[in-house]
Amino acid sequence: MSAGRQLIVVLVAVASLGASVYVKAQNRGAPPPTATPKASAPIDLTGYWVAFVTEDWRYRMVTPPKGDYRGVPITKEALQIVNAWDPKADEAAGNQCKSYGAAAIMRVPGRIHVTWQDDDTLRLDTDAGMQTRLLRFASSPATEGKPTWQGDSAARWERPAAGRGSAPPPRFGSLTVVTTNLRAGYLRKNGVPYSENARVTEYFDVAPQPNGGQLLVVTTVVDDPRYLTQSFIVSSHFKKEADGSKWDPTPCSATW
Amino acid sequence: MGSDTVLRNMVTIRPSLALLVLLWASADRHVFAQAELAGSWAARNTEDISRDSYPVDYVGLPLNDEGRTRALSYNESQLAMIERQCEGWPAFYFVQGPFGLKIWNDTDPITGTPISWTIGAWEDRAPMVIWMDGRPHPSRYAEHTRGGFTTGRWEGTTLVAYTTHMKAGFLRKNGPPSSDQAALTSRFFRHGDMLTVLAVIEDPIYLAEPEIVTKSFQLSAAPISPIGPPCVSAFEGRRPGESVPHYAPENNPFVDELTKIFHIPREAVLGGAETLYPEYRKKIKDTYVRPEPCKRDCGAPPLR
Repeated sequence: MSAGRQLIVVLVAVASLGASVYVKAQNRGAPPPTATPKASAPIDLTGYWVAFVTEDWRYRMVTPPKGDYRGVPITKEALQIVNAWDPKADEAAGNQCKSYGAAAIMRVPGRIHVTWQDDDTLRLDTDAGMQTRLLRFASSPATEGKPTWQGDSAARWERPAAGRGSAPPPRFGSLTVVTTNLRAGYLRKNGVPYSENARVTEYFDVAPQPNGGQLLVVTTVVDDPRYLTQSFIVSSHFKKEADGSKWDPTPCSATW
Repeated sequence: MGSDTVLRNMVTIRPSLALLVLLWASADRHVFAQAELAGSWAARNTEDISRDSYPVDYVGLPLNDEGRTRALSYNESQLAMIERQCEGWPAFYFVQGPFGLKIWNDTDPITGTPISWTIGAWEDRAPMVIWMDGRPHPSRYAEHTRGGFTTGRWEGTTLVAYTTHMKAGFLRKNGPPSSDQAALTSRFFRHGDMLTVLAVIEDPIYLAEPEIVTKSFQLSAAPISPIGPPCVSAFEGRRPGESVPHYAPENNPFVDELTKIFHIPREAVLGGAETLYPEYRKKIKDTYVRPEPCKRDCGAPPLR
């Protein structure tokens, strides 16, 4: 083979590799374009999960003392609400679910049940407070109506990029959820507030347990220009349960 | 130089060119489907996980009886002993302590493949080097150190690290112990400028079930030091050879302190797997009385 032909062979090989890389880079682990969020889920969040309370125990497992907002970067305006907290008044006003809103609910000790309501909507129910969250994957946001405890949640899958020239990626990834249009509520049971302007960003990750079970980690970032001086960030973890035999729906309570 | 000469020169170097292409493709395969973790990650500390401000506060820990007994025997005056002042804390303190993380990697100079990731040290915690090059963990009889020995691998964009060979130490600074058989599995989840670390601590000696801790950090433009200041021991009133400060576990004077202040049942104060599940909250519902309003250490004064 002449030198010129050999060079052409090398160049063609490099070009082919480049084309292959280009095509794969476009996909980068993405599912076929017609796949629904349900069909293309990189991780399985469905099932029953129980909170494993190893952090903030004093603020979650019991109702902490009035006026205790340790660790929450609140504003002066929020401090007035903290010091005015009256659980009986909340109960009387029908606001017993103020500490079960989207900014706090993943921190409430209890179980969550995750199911697919339809191809585009992940449904998350809680037994503590009997709340329902709808995490919508639809590209167009839901029309915002009246603020609610659980607000409007926009969800999307995050996936790792595929390697060049490698096989399709394993099913790794995470879920990102952004929630707005919230009714004002409490970050903690004892009246540490968030306002209707709060924006809640959550990241859902799963991991295996050493003994074969599964863990769910939910990182929650609450931004609230009115009541927080900086982001309030907590990460909560859950263990997967085999079934719903321990599911115990309990209504909201402002006093416990 | 004619065009034929150029072609000849290029063809002459084609083995090198092919090698470069192969190296490039190989290195790139490693880089894809991972995450960049290098940088300074600030701790915001908006969740209370270290919980070491009271001598007996083991809430949230799945201690077994042996772990509880060891914890109750601990006296913080041990830290006044000159030989213990700089002993530091085990590897898992990086998610329990209040400080941020400085993370960097060392790479193979030819392929760019990470050989290791390192989480920089604090004054009282050794650096954690996470070996990514496939080397095995040492023999179980090898030396145990404060920081232990850690290997890692990628699961998609999540770095998974496994630490063994830690010296016996503490799960918290107020005495709950960890044994030299403890193992730590850490997962680093990066989401934009947020890094959440899931730490699962297994200890067949002192824990009834694995302790699980999660902590989040935010990417920081302000650099975090990769080392802490040197620990310098000094005489603090206890002479070498004196007895080790301790309590008889059944006579620890602080055992009811948290119950008096926060009305938390003693069984929860002393830790235990049962107290970590929602059923326990329901169990104490009818007996728990909310304490008087907070008067001190209620939170940082608002900045605005």
